[in-house]
Amino acid sequence: MPYVLADAAQNLFPAREQMALSLGWHIIFSCFGIAFPVLTVFAEWRGHRRGNAALTELAHTWAKAMGVLFAAGAVSGTLLSFEMGILWPGLMDRFGEIFGFPFVLEGYAFFIEAIFVGIYLFGWNRMSPRAHMLSALPMIVSGMAGAFFVVAANAWMNNPTGFRLDADGRVVDARPWAAMFGPSTWPQVVHMLLGAYMVVGFTIASVYAVGMLRGRRDRHHWYGLLIPLTVGAVAAPVQIGVGDWIAGTVAENQPAKLAAMEGLYRTTAGAPLSVGGLFKDNRMNYALEIPRGLSLLVHRDPNGVVRGLEEFPPDERPPVNVVHLAFDTMVGLGSALLLLAVVFGFVWWRRRRIPQTPWFLRAVAVSGVAAVVALEAGWVTTEVGRQPWSVYGILRTRDAVSPAPGLWLGFYAVVAIYLALTALTVLVLRRLAREHDTPAPQEVDARPPDDQPEVVAVR
Amino acid sequence: MTLADVVLGIMFVGLIAYGLFGGADFGAGIWDLLAGGTRRGARQRELIEHSIGPVWEANHVWLIFVLVVLWTAFSGAFAAVVTTLYIPLTLAAFGMIARGAAFAFRKSITTLPMRRFLGAAFALSSLVTPFFLGAVVGGVASGRVPPGIAAGNVVTSWLNPTSLLGGVMAILVCAYLAAVFLCGDARREGAEDLAHEFRIRALGTAAVTGVAGIAGLFVLRGDAPLLWEGLTGRAVPLVGLSVLAGAVAVGCLVLGRYAAARVASSLAVTSILVGWAVAQYPYILVPDLTIEDAAAGRPTLLAMLLALAAGAVLLVPALVYLYRLFQTSPPEGAGAGAAAGHPAEVPSAGPYG
Ligand code: HDD
Ligand code: HEM
Ligand code: HEM
Repeated sequence: MPYVLADAAQNLFPAREQMALSLGWHIIFSCFGIAFPVLTVFAEWRGHRRGNAALTELAHTWAKAMGVLFAAGAVSGTLLSFEMGILWPGLMDRFGEIFGFPFVLEGYAFFIEAIFVGIYLFGWNRMSPRAHMLSALPMIVSGMAGAFFVVAANAWMNNPTGFRLDADGRVVDARPWAAMFGPSTWPQVVHMLLGAYMVVGFTIASVYAVGMLRGRRDRHHWYGLLIPLTVGAVAAPVQIGVGDWIAGTVAENQPAKLAAMEGLYRTTAGAPLSVGGLFKDNRMNYALEIPRGLSLLVHRDPNGVVRGLEEFPPDERPPVNVVHLAFDTMVGLGSALLLLAVVFGFVWWRRRRIPQTPWFLRAVAVSGVAAVVALEAGWVTTEVGRQPWSVYGILRTRDAVSPAPGLWLGFYAVVAIYLALTALTVLVLRRLAREHDTPAPQEVDARPPDDQPEVVAVR
Repeated sequence: MTLADVVLGIMFVGLIAYGLFGGADFGAGIWDLLAGGTRRGARQRELIEHSIGPVWEANHVWLIFVLVVLWTAFSGAFAAVVTTLYIPLTLAAFGMIARGAAFAFRKSITTLPMRRFLGAAFALSSLVTPFFLGAVVGGVASGRVPPGIAAGNVVTSWLNPTSLLGGVMAILVCAYLAAVFLCGDARREGAEDLAHEFRIRALGTAAVTGVAGIAGLFVLRGDAPLLWEGLTGRAVPLVGLSVLAGAVAVGCLVLGRYAAARVASSLAVTSILVGWAVAQYPYILVPDLTIEDAAAGRPTLLAMLLALAAGAVLLVPALVYLYRLFQTSPPEGAGAGAAAGHPAEVPSAGPYG
């Protein structure tokens, strides 16, 4: 049974796929943990300020959706913490003392977030409005702090700093605080936080855009579209600037990744920017080339020299096509979302209203998916672009993976579980969208089932 | 006491908290499983739901805390444990996913078959998850995890007498703790009859746990001699304390003093866990790896100590606030926010809702 009881070499594939699936799933929900509380509290605050019942009701609906999404994020995050060790013991064993430290702080951040999500949802209608809104503050701060710590850990894998290696390759002189603030940390963290705001803003807006396209044009839908869309539209242009910053950091610290992102084989002065295309036989085919674009972007100089893949031994090059296409997808979708933001901003500026044309609403309706895809594509760029390294330049992924037999089975099980979990989450969210009085997981009272109203709270 | 001992001690505090809070949480799910048919069990299930609704997520972050402290401060030992014992750990993680998702989502679902399915998933995974975690503890405590990545046997490390004992004891302790905690919650909600039912269950599980514990000592003598030696040697005072506290808890239950019973039961569980730690000190992986040899470098330990202390300053008041708010709150709608304009929309779920 080669696919069931494999050895270490064969473990690499299932372990990678399992990690990518779990992280790719978790990241969507963690975005909601980061950004959704802000939207919800904003709506709640405006609602109380103006005595606007439509807004407080909207906030309550959002709070419930947040509860569902938070639960999904928490369970998937728990699996991740096991997987870090189960799948990548070589990484944890050697570098746990540096790389693990941000996760300790992250543990606290999530703890506080879980506590205050409980308080916020349970306290709805039990606390004074002011106390209730204040209880959301720790949730917002700890969500962002949690994201900082995890992404700092990832940034360390990209740019390991804060330690020395002795002759046997063992870590000595670990400085965990310094390691947390390597060159990639701030650009990655800021880019991720903005990404989270874009994902949440555009997804929530798209839900209400779909409702409006179906003819529901009440105030509920109007606010439901306006608030999140504004958040997404404000984040979009900033994100592109930050994207430029992060690309600069990659060019400086991970030249092989940058070369893969652009499919650049030869070290070139005045290198072009390639859009689309396929990398084959050490060159880009069918790509749309913007002459000198890459040099201009990376060095602010049309004749700057950009290092190509040829400078790296073949076994130190990442898989080019995946990285290149993922990168183009992110940039393309980011630009499209920027365009949407500009249209929205322009109409709002001139007319003080949301554009009501079906085309605009249709664009908003797909913007949520676009933002999620951009986010995933960005992570694929980062993670696959780092290959074959787990810790850039130091530890190869194949040396990090667990040699335990049977990892394939775990991978199959994870696929099955995530399929089921996705189906359930979608089912619950759809219910929530249709019936506003559906309770959230952290609230205490459940309604009796539809078909047997006399049975009290069957669970 | 070295720096490494201190950090490991803090990790152990987290483990105890997980044992108590997470344990009671799992146990509540076990009673949900045993509550009987849909109609008959409805009120018990409702009480259980009320008791863990807002706190179940927080109850389980303790485990994350334990994992991250271990992997940072004792990376090698962590890598050895999770790779050798990856099967029960993966199954426990799956159990946590199934449990959390089912518990969270069933409330929002109103079709009966789907709710039954989710309820069953919640209850069953509440039973199997502590079993696997207990089996992991058994594997570690009986010295079946050698240092090194996946160096131990991935099957016999958790399919052995001590692991089975650990798994069964974990289930019993969870069920016991939950029954004791639910007595108090039932009284707070004014349901004396439910409190009485859970009291009987608490007493019953206390008896079973006691018998299993004594039988377990003989299992350990044969299967985990080092642990046996420690428990009957150095750790004897703690084992005695646990027995004593257990007896006091039973007395309190009989007298209907539920708050005192909670404290005594928690003490009984805590002292047996500490007993385990004392019995295997100074080894983190018996019989080869000591705490000192497994520990990370001094700067990391110091940084962690600082972070753990600072974090506790934030965390402890927040936790206390959550449990207080939740244990003393009026039902929804009675607070000042009810004026905010949304109707009291959730129809009360039952006589105690
Ligand atoms: C809504 C999401 C989103 C959007 C619109 C963009 N990005 Fe992005 N990008 C991400 C979301 C993201 C991310 C959150 O998925 C990543 C993965 C790792 C990270 O820190 O951010 C990322 C990574 C990432 C990286 C790799 C960083 C590394 O490997 O260290 C680069 C070079 C860029 N981005 C550049 C851009 C540019 C030039 C954009 C301009 C349009 C852009 N991104 C839009
Ligand atoms: C290896 C990587 C990761 C691990 C081990 C991990 C672990 C966890 C755990 C254990 C939780 C649950 C905590 C709770 O119950 O409250 C969680 C939730 C969360 N994670 Fe992750 N995570 C990882 C990656 C990420 C990434 C990449 C982000 C975002 C940048 C992120 C952001 C969050 C947030 C904001 C939460 C709060 C809960 C929620 O909103 O769902 N995590 N994570
Ligand atoms: C900030 C948190 C993250 C951390 C600490 C992290 C860590 C890791 C680790 C340890 C691996 C194992 C193999 C390797 O080193 O390449 C990995 C691989 C991978 N991760 Fe991440 N990751 C994070 C976020 C993400 C997210 C959000 C995604 C979303 C798609 C992602 C996608 C992947 C993929 C696709 C791989 C497999 C790469 C390959 O083997 O080709 N990661 N990551």
